[in-house]
Amino acid sequence: MRLHADRESCISGGRCMATLPEVFDQDDEGIVVLLTPTPAPEHQAKARKAAYLCPARAIDITESPTPD
Amino acid sequence: MLSYPQDRTCPYQPSPGYRELGRSGPLHKVRLWDGSTIWMVTGHAAGRRLLADPRLSADRSRPDFPVVLPRFEAPIFKPIAIIGFDPPVHDVHRRMLAPDFSLKHVREMRDEVVELTGRLVDDMLRKGPPAELVEDFALPIPSMVISQLLGVPYEDHVFFEEKTVGLLQAKDAAGAEAAGQALWDYLDELISAKERTPGGGEGVLGRLAGRIDDRDLTREDLLRIALALLIGGHDTTSQMIALGVVTLLEHPDQLAAWRAAPPEALPAAVDELLRMVSVTDVSGVRVATEDIEIDGEVVRAGEGVLVSSSMTNRDPEVYEDPYTFDIHRAAGRGGAASGRQHLTFGFGIHQCLGQNLARMELEVAFSTLFDRIPGLRLATPAGELPARSGGTMQGVHRLPVEW
Repeated sequence: MRLHADRESCISGGRCMATLPEVFDQDDEGIVVLLTPTPAPEHQAKARKAAYLCPARAIDITESPTPD
Repeated sequence: MLSYPQDRTCPYQPSPGYRELGRSGPLHKVRLWDGSTIWMVTGHAAGRRLLADPRLSADRSRPDFPVVLPRFEAPIFKPIAIIGFDPPVHDVHRRMLAPDFSLKHVREMRDEVVELTGRLVDDMLRKGPPAELVEDFALPIPSMVISQLLGVPYEDHVFFEEKTVGLLQAKDAAGAEAAGQALWDYLDELISAKERTPGGGEGVLGRLAGRIDDRDLTREDLLRIALALLIGGHDTTSQMIALGVVTLLEHPDQLAAWRAAPPEALPAAVDELLRMVSVTDVSGVRVATEDIEIDGEVVRAGEGVLVSSSMTNRDPEVYEDPYTFDIHRAAGRGGAASGRQHLTFGFGIHQCLGQNLARMELEVAFSTLFDRIPGLRLATPAGELPARSGGTMQGVHRLPVEW
């Protein structure tokens, strides 16, 4: 799995950080900061949940064809 | 055709008329007060898609923007800051406010909210039962918090709380305009004082007063932002506290589960309450700027769309036993359908700016209240509480309690 978080479209909803703080953070302006583009296998379900919850649809997920 | 809006008959369940509608698909035409029609969305997936669709406009100054209640004809609502603007203006103003409402900043504010909530309970206990929970507890929490955050003097709270109710609950446009104008004049004076203060003075409004540049932020923009934040910051949260207390008291098993829950389970419990109560009743109103095909229907350009939060939050495609209040909904069902994907705060770029602040205030309010007053009970049966009518923010005018 590979993640991309678009800081341009982020509206600072904080849903990603509330769902998976190991991967999503916010800077001082409240805008998303991706801590790692390749979440650990145990975090992948929550990464999908974070992408689903993002109101601005700022999180893109590319699922790897082979297991990470 | 169903006429919109319909009043609730239970403080935390959608109107019976909407429930009936929800059984016949995700989109429905309903009739408004002026005889016009609007699409009412009761399906969760359709609601999410439409609220995130850039072909729908939130611009309340458009002549084709639906006027869902007579009071929304008042000029004060056209345009209302941020929620009533499309990009790019929306995005510029929202970004200016993001640092103050971010999850990180809200977490920093928590200790202070715990302290003020504790003080309000101290006062209730000192006075003894009965109490009127809206005035003694539900309203002062968000009202004090937003005053401090914005830099509005809390000693003016009786004035701005009354005028907010006057604006949001007005029977007609003239009533709404009069109340809105009083708030406008008050904020105008307050912002003038901040402009005279070196460095801008206190709070978000002080900070933004120093950023007026007649390009990204005009003085009128700031006044409109101040009005939207002051109103949005206290009325909805206070009513969510009140209706949340009613909901928990009416479900003793869930209240017991709340008390027994570890702290890390409480944010999900708050979201289940937000799903259940759907205090906003409406996730968003928009107008289509192009024809949009969705679920076999076509929303034509110029047609209005109203996404129901109470009904999308009960879509059986998303929620098992959707009318059941279950604070462990997420944990108990493999995490598949937690309460967290509710549309109470809306969806898309207009999703509530204050959602993280509201969640924190709610968690602190319910925990403190039921911890400190374990014998709390309603002094008026839930079905007989004086309730707001249908259409917008739900709530009760008074909430008598005893212990």
